[in-house]
Amino acid sequence: MKLGFWLAGGEMRTHPWRALSALAAIAIGVALGLAVQLINTSAVTEFAQAVRAASGQADLEIRGPRGGFDESVFARVVTDPDIAVASPVVEVDALVLGATATAPGQTRTLKVLGIDPFRAGQVAPALIGAPAADGADLLADDAIFLSPAAQSWLDLAPGATLTLQVGLERVALRVAGSLPGARPRQRLATMDIGAAQWRLARLGSLSRIELRLAAGASREAVTQRLGAWLPAGVFVSPPEAGDIRAANLSRAYRVNLNVLALVALFTGAFLVFSTQALSVVRRRGEFALLRTLGWPARALVRQILAEGAAIGFIGSAVGAGLGIAAAQAAVTLFGGDLGGGYFAGVAPALLLDPTAIFGFVALGTLAAAAGSLAPALEVARAAPAQAIRSGAEAALFGSGSALRRLWPGLALIALGGVLTRLPPLQGLPVAGYLAIACWLVGGIALVPGLAGHAFAIVARRVSPRTHPLAFLSTQRLAAAPGQAGIALAGVVASFALMVAMAIMVGSFRDSVDRWLGRVLAAPLYFRVPIGGNSAFVAPAEIAAIAAHPALERVEWMRIQQFDLDPARPPVTLMARTLDLDNPGERIPLTGDALARAQIPAGTLPVWVSEAMVDLYGWSLGSRQTLPLGGRAVAVTVAGVWRDFARQHGTVTLNLADYQRLSSDRGITDAALWPRPATTPAQLTEALQRDVPATRHLEFGEPGAIRELSLRIFDRSFAVTYLLELVAIAIGLAGIGATFSAQALARAREFGMLRHLGITRAELLRLLALEAAGLTLFGIVAGGVLGLAIALVLVRVVNPQSFHWNMDLAVPWGLLGVVTALLVFAGIATALLATRQATGAGPLRAVREDW
Amino acid sequence: MRRRRMLQLLGAAGCLPLASLLPSRAALAAAPSFPPVRPRALAFPRDHGAHPDYRTEWWYATGWLETAEGPAGFQVTFFRSRTAHDPANPSRFAPHQLLFAHAALAWPGHGRLRHAQRAARVGDGDESTRFALEDTAVAVQGWSFSRDAATGRYAATVADQALALRLGLAPTQPLLLQGDRGFSRKGPRPEQASHYYSQPQLAVSGTVGFEGKSLPVRGRAWLDHEWSTAVLDEESVGWDWIGINLDDGGALMAFRIRGRDGAAVRWASARLRERDGRELSYGPDAVRFETLGTWRSPRTGTSYPVRSRLTLGQGTAALRFDIEPLIEDQELDARLSTGAVYWEGAVSLRHDGRTVGRGYLELVGYHRPMKL
Repeated sequence: MKLGFWLAGGEMRTHPWRALSALAAIAIGVALGLAVQLINTSAVTEFAQAVRAASGQADLEIRGPRGGFDESVFARVVTDPDIAVASPVVEVDALVLGATATAPGQTRTLKVLGIDPFRAGQVAPALIGAPAADGADLLADDAIFLSPAAQSWLDLAPGATLTLQVGLERVALRVAGSLPGARPRQRLATMDIGAAQWRLARLGSLSRIELRLAAGASREAVTQRLGAWLPAGVFVSPPEAGDIRAANLSRAYRVNLNVLALVALFTGAFLVFSTQALSVVRRRGEFALLRTLGWPARALVRQILAEGAAIGFIGSAVGAGLGIAAAQAAVTLFGGDLGGGYFAGVAPALLLDPTAIFGFVALGTLAAAAGSLAPALEVARAAPAQAIRSGAEAALFGSGSALRRLWPGLALIALGGVLTRLPPLQGLPVAGYLAIACWLVGGIALVPGLAGHAFAIVARRVSPRTHPLAFLSTQRLAAAPGQAGIALAGVVASFALMVAMAIMVGSFRDSVDRWLGRVLAAPLYFRVPIGGNSAFVAPAEIAAIAAHPALERVEWMRIQQFDLDPARPPVTLMARTLDLDNPGERIPLTGDALARAQIPAGTLPVWVSEAMVDLYGWSLGSRQTLPLGGRAVAVTVAGVWRDFARQHGTVTLNLADYQRLSSDRGITDAALWPRPATTPAQLTEALQRDVPATRHLEFGEPGAIRELSLRIFDRSFAVTYLLELVAIAIGLAGIGATFSAQALARAREFGMLRHLGITRAELLRLLALEAAGLTLFGIVAGGVLGLAIALVLVRVVNPQSFHWNMDLAVPWGLLGVVTALLVFAGIATALLATRQATGAGPLRAVREDW
Repeated sequence: MRRRRMLQLLGAAGCLPLASLLPSRAALAAAPSFPPVRPRALAFPRDHGAHPDYRTEWWYATGWLETAEGPAGFQVTFFRSRTAHDPANPSRFAPHQLLFAHAALAWPGHGRLRHAQRAARVGDGDESTRFALEDTAVAVQGWSFSRDAATGRYAATVADQALALRLGLAPTQPLLLQGDRGFSRKGPRPEQASHYYSQPQLAVSGTVGFEGKSLPVRGRAWLDHEWSTAVLDEESVGWDWIGINLDDGGALMAFRIRGRDGAAVRWASARLRERDGRELSYGPDAVRFETLGTWRSPRTGTSYPVRSRLTLGQGTAALRFDIEPLIEDQELDARLSTGAVYWEGAVSLRHDGRTVGRGYLELVGYHRPMKL
């Protein structure tokens, strides 16, 4: 054991930076993965608990579209003898207005629950306010109760006035007390349900009904009985379903971030591999000596694995610390949203999930140990008598035919090809990721063999007389593919990952950019402030806007959310002004669409996003049922379109159809065309002057909207850019490690060459040529592999995760620059790494053969 | 008179910290206007029904039951409250009118009250909470109290896990109109008044259920129906009230409203119906309560004058009655909800050393002065 420490310690002391870089890569992987996991767990838990606090001890819950369902449902529910308590709830995510006008994008959304204290007290007592002055405030028409977290967040104490935006109006409510039963960080407000229906413009509708069953009643029986008559789009489900919905909300996004973390871990393992490979080469003499002194091969394997695991463990521990710190910072600054916009308004406390922490530390340690496995096995396989002699380095990762064998790599690539064809597993692109792993590993496995063949072909064409250096370098590359393999594998793996991510992100960005161009057809838009669902434009204002003289044309849109399946996140309903003869003019259709005449009589045409096809099977031409205004409306899918804004599904229909079938007359968005000679800015000004309520709207011109959207896009992909940098660093580290190892191993060769009259400068050029050759090969191979992986990401992983398709777009410029940088960096790294070896005098170098 | 209890009930339902139904302010809302109570002749059966314009109203039945285990006391109360919620709110859920129900049972051998309550807003679509204008018919979530127009018989239904009552209350006498033909003053100011009539000597039959048992009972009950708008004045801290069915067929109601400094009486009134149906009315100067004995609650530390002497009239014509509780501990503690603690229980009335009647005594404001 002591010997083991001594061996490892000596190695660490001589080459600390190598171990450190490996350690850093592991740390980054663990930190990223753990942070993502912790942030999401915290957000999901907080979100689910907030939902659960609102449903209290309910046995069942009736819920419908976000816009609410008809209150007459309640009157019928209470007649069911098996229902002991039915507590109706109006839930509004209300926009909070400050004392002064709030800048766009700085709106705050407060969850307001309208409850009947008498009934809610028997289901969710935590929702009952504690009146600061007057008990009657619980039922007052102007009173609202704020949870302690909401009070401090909004800086409002009892007695103060809370101003909400409802429609385009300001509604002032009196803060009448606190919610002592609310969770510590829960931002919540409650008020009387009658007051809420009136003040928050929800007359006639309810959001939920929480049910407690009579003793002995069966949940299944009640569920079935209610399900038989509840209006379309209104579901009865256990409150636990809310937890599942919360977890499903961000699942795909979270899994994809976690895979990125695994990529970082993989590259970390790779660094460990190259570090250990190098150190094994360096210590071949020591190991051989130990073997001859009686150390069994197994002990050597253990030693090398333990060294790798130690690096992994330290790196993982550091990474865990970093991850927790990053998660804490993210939760504090951004509220656990992961940049995906899934849990807006939730302010979670960081939950330190021990399973996640230990899991990632174990994963990091295992990855590092796995990275050491190949070098350890190589050392164990080497015959000690031979290895103790100098010059046996070639045997290590040697010219061995094992590495030249192509079939394992080809088999893996074939397997990956099959995997890309498989459907998602529980909504996740598991097979797609496995395919990427297969291709990556298979590609790396193929590299030494391919490189050997490729360099041999080149070597045959180089004349030793005219280009002696090129001859030497290509001969060398062709002859020792094992060693080249280490460097190459690093370059190939890192470049492939970088190319794949760059292409994926580039394709995505390009598609989003073009999509925005198509979607933003009008010169001016407005929408109600984002966040919450309390704001809308009411008919009076709609009429005033439509009649404005500076406006030539206007198209309206109403965006609502509803459930098709209570276990899934809600689907978006987008009712908009459409030209039924040419809907593709406004909707970015992806393929064929039914013409107006092809819509079967008695059904309404709808155009659905790709997610609707994947998640609910609403394929082109199919007949479906859409819950509208409490009725099941027969619809025909007239077209499929791409929606980069909503991953859980969107159904578009004609606004006129929507308004005919529902009582909802409000709108949320509009596209505006000013009269000729009026600029969009002038139109905005004129509207805000003549229709004062429009000052509560957010106006935007397509350019600015597009710019903002792309900025948000870039921000959410920032983490992938970081990973690309890590990948490149790893590639360079691989080159450095290889050349360091070779420099040591080839000291005699260099000495001999110097002896034969080759100058040091020529020697360096020789090495530069080798490095350039290697790097270039790696780049070509990595590029091909990366393109393939990008295809999987674009065609399999993204559609399966987020249900949107995109077009492949290769960012050639970026890739070209990175390629050039990588070649130069490879050469520089190689030269730096071998400087010492080439610097020694020829005599000493030759003599080193003891 | 007993409006305080309604507030406590409101609190008791689901432990809501509702201290008062009356708005102290309505900064952003338009408060409704409540009509004051003015003298008028009551008209039946219309005045058996609800009077939703007024702020508060109750149908309040109390009585003694004969059981195999001895005498028991019960009370069943339905309150209606019109809130200060803006009348302009068109929401079906707007809590313009609230209904509360409260039931308590003093059972022999069980040293404390069993009680249960219900509370709900009217008109939210749940038809099991409603009141009628034409006649007495009021219901809160399955509990109900109604009058049969043909026979005048009342039916009370209380269904709770703790307590179930299913009682019929049949009139044996004409109504007893309190005050001036049903206009009952409550304080020195004329607007402090209620419309108030009683139905004494109701013959009770039915079943009482608790702990899984259902027992047939018979007895005598007293019903108050009272509606008002006025608030007690600020000098008042509480009141004492009795409603007694006399064994000879007569009936006695008496109350006093106590002032801030212990002994001061803000208002008092009594009405005695004699065996022959003749009614005697006593004004503030002719009604006196004297404490004979107190009971101290081990739970709240409050002392209640559960034994007292009621003197009606002055001089040699004065009538003296001693009030004796069925059990001492008939305290209702609603501190968890409203902070109010009061005593409400079955008592017997003694005159010249013998029991002459049975009914209910209510003692409010002894724990802490009532604030309104």
